[in-house]
Amino acid sequence: MSDTHAQSVAFVRETEIPPSPPPVAQAGAVKWVRENLFSGVFNTVLTLIALYVVARLAIAVFPWFYNGVWEAESIRDCRDQLDGATGACFAVLVDRWDHLLFGFKYPQDGYWRILLAFVLLMAAAAPALFQKLPRKMLLFTALYPFLAYWLIWGGSLWMPVTLLALVIATGLVFQLVARQISVDMRKIVSGVIGVICGVGLTYLLFIGAQELVFIAGSVGTEGIVSSVAYGLFWLMAIFTFALCVPMGIFVGYAIFNSYEDGGLVSVVTALLFIYVALTYLLGPIWMALNGVFPIELQEVASRDMGGFMLNMILGTVCVSLSIPLGILLALGRQSSMPLIKGVCVVFIEFIRGVPLITLLFVANVMLAYFLPPESNFDLILRVIIMITMFSAAYIAEVIRGGLAALPKGQYEAADSLGLDYTQATRLIILPQALKISIPGIVNVAVGLFKDTTLVSIISMFDLVGMIRGPIQNSTEWISVYWEVYGFGALLFFVVCYSISQYSQWLERQLNTSHR
Amino acid sequence: MTQASQMTVSDEVAIEITNMNKWYGTFHVLRDIDLTVQRGERIVICGPSGSGKSTLIRCINALEEHQQGRIVVDGTVLSSDLKNIDKIRSEVGMCFQHFNLFPHLTILENCTLAPIWVRKTPKREAEETAMHFLEKVKIPEQADKYPGQLSGGQQQRVAIARSLCMRPRIMLFDEPTSALDPEMIKEVLDTMIELAEEGMTMLCVTHEMGFARQVANRVIFMDAGQIVEQNEPEEFFNNPKSERTKLFLSQILGH
Repeated sequence: MSDTHAQSVAFVRETEIPPSPPPVAQAGAVKWVRENLFSGVFNTVLTLIALYVVARLAIAVFPWFYNGVWEAESIRDCRDQLDGATGACFAVLVDRWDHLLFGFKYPQDGYWRILLAFVLLMAAAAPALFQKLPRKMLLFTALYPFLAYWLIWGGSLWMPVTLLALVIATGLVFQLVARQISVDMRKIVSGVIGVICGVGLTYLLFIGAQELVFIAGSVGTEGIVSSVAYGLFWLMAIFTFALCVPMGIFVGYAIFNSYEDGGLVSVVTALLFIYVALTYLLGPIWMALNGVFPIELQEVASRDMGGFMLNMILGTVCVSLSIPLGILLALGRQSSMPLIKGVCVVFIEFIRGVPLITLLFVANVMLAYFLPPESNFDLILRVIIMITMFSAAYIAEVIRGGLAALPKGQYEAADSLGLDYTQATRLIILPQALKISIPGIVNVAVGLFKDTTLVSIISMFDLVGMIRGPIQNSTEWISVYWEVYGFGALLFFVVCYSISQYSQWLERQLNTSHR
Repeated sequence: MTQASQMTVSDEVAIEITNMNKWYGTFHVLRDIDLTVQRGERIVICGPSGSGKSTLIRCINALEEHQQGRIVVDGTVLSSDLKNIDKIRSEVGMCFQHFNLFPHLTILENCTLAPIWVRKTPKREAEETAMHFLEKVKIPEQADKYPGQLSGGQQQRVAIARSLCMRPRIMLFDEPTSALDPEMIKEVLDTMIELAEEGMTMLCVTHEMGFARQVANRVIFMDAGQIVEQNEPEEFFNNPKSERTKLFLSQILGH
């Protein structure tokens, strides 16, 4: 470098280069077409092939839509009208419109109730979906399930009202035990509740053990398999007999011992309260109220629900229940308490290992064997429980992925500021983990919504059940396939596409990383 | 004469660690640590990587669990009791190497979150406090931005402000400048110096030896999980006693 002149290397900028706008992109349709469709020989060939395929499809499908018959009595009538030409028979949709949407047993003069419930669903869902709406609207969202239940199933208005009152009362009991009463009072409450739970659990385990002995007896000892089963049942029975008293004491003591911070005892008290309230108070109260001041809609049984309405009921209820349940399961699986973690892991792995259709069969048939004979456990409720458990297990795993993706530093920062577990989880961990999990959760939700059509297999008449059963088996519409299934696909597509669009919008809203 | 000697150190004990041991599995990370910190003391902990210096200060607010020994912070004994741990954490502020701001909250929300939820401060009051400390770290104009929009140095200053909003009596710094560009290190160090001048009790894990000379009244050198040497900064840098310290200092001050 010694022979280089200093002036030619050294450089000092004296004027700043002013910022200038980026070059304007060249626009124009011709340019776009050339760049995107005909940029080379290979692309040109592909474009031509694609155009050909699209054209053939359009030519094949267009007459089917265009010639479609909208007014006809039956499929034969349709064919007569078409007179050999290609054409759809949309008349089936017109003729069976009510059945496709509401099922074939729902009383016709009650359709307005379903439509009203649907419109109100939009109003109830809005504040939950859009953060910018006033938060007070969430009050309506909280009331909506009770209102919708009354509108759809009918009966006395006092039933859901009483139920709501009991739920609120349970919340108050929880508040009271958790925050309002003094530690000394809570000590007494914990003692009483602890004793009740301990004795109750011991009693339940004792009964269970007796049941196991009974089962062992009925299995018998003939053959190797029975003998092994006999031995196992006896083993379990002895185990349960041995454990019933210690478990009762352990659980009772654990409840009593939590009197200081009040967490466990408040939860258990609230659970006991709502159990007692639902069993002994709900029926008498609403019947009494209804006797004094009756407000009733015509009652509709669960087995009379059908059509797309049933898919919507199952989809909405199960999605809104399985997200919170999935969050709890995911958090439980991360818990440092072995019992909670174990229960969550076993639940998730078991449910994920079993096909949904099996669970639905269990809901339909098997539960009847386990439940006491006089109990009539609503079929839709059983199906809702099964689908919710199923999707909750999947959502839990999606959320676990989101939790795992969070840097450890976020947990540490929350801890170092003195936030406790609940606060850190609610304010720091979940908002971020759920944001990461949105695509996965939506994936499960969309899948779940479509899976609700599986109930047609356990002889419920949802949209697919209606098509497969009453419509295609009727003499008028015996071999109609494309029209009805196409319509079903369209309904599902509209809902699922809306969910997916919403989730993409939500992701953009929540994006604060700016990177 | 360093600035450190002008600042007051009281006789009151802020942190007392006696005979503390910690293992990761079978690996003995901290061995027989004894350390007493007076209120108002500013301690710099240095040492090669893996010497356990970060682990030591993370034990003080129970981000790491120690298996043996006794740690008393502000008169509260650190045990596995969650109540004690939360109490200590709300009294002890901490700044991390990677800032660990909450990316889904604005700067202001980052600063008001803990006062509102842990201290139950009314929102308006918490915001006033937050703005006060954001002004102190000289970035009040960024209050409504998200952490992702700030530079590294600004993020670390927000992290300091976030800790200060809890009005801690002790501050822990875990390599606060190691993830920063040279230009940004100064702005963070200036903030820390200002804090030291106000008499905050500080424990800093850092390799900024200039900072140590200027504000520390004690420098601790750790190696292999033990405290090898501790002394006043002048003595420590000019006249190190242990061979290990000499080697370390020659390596980091070598250029």
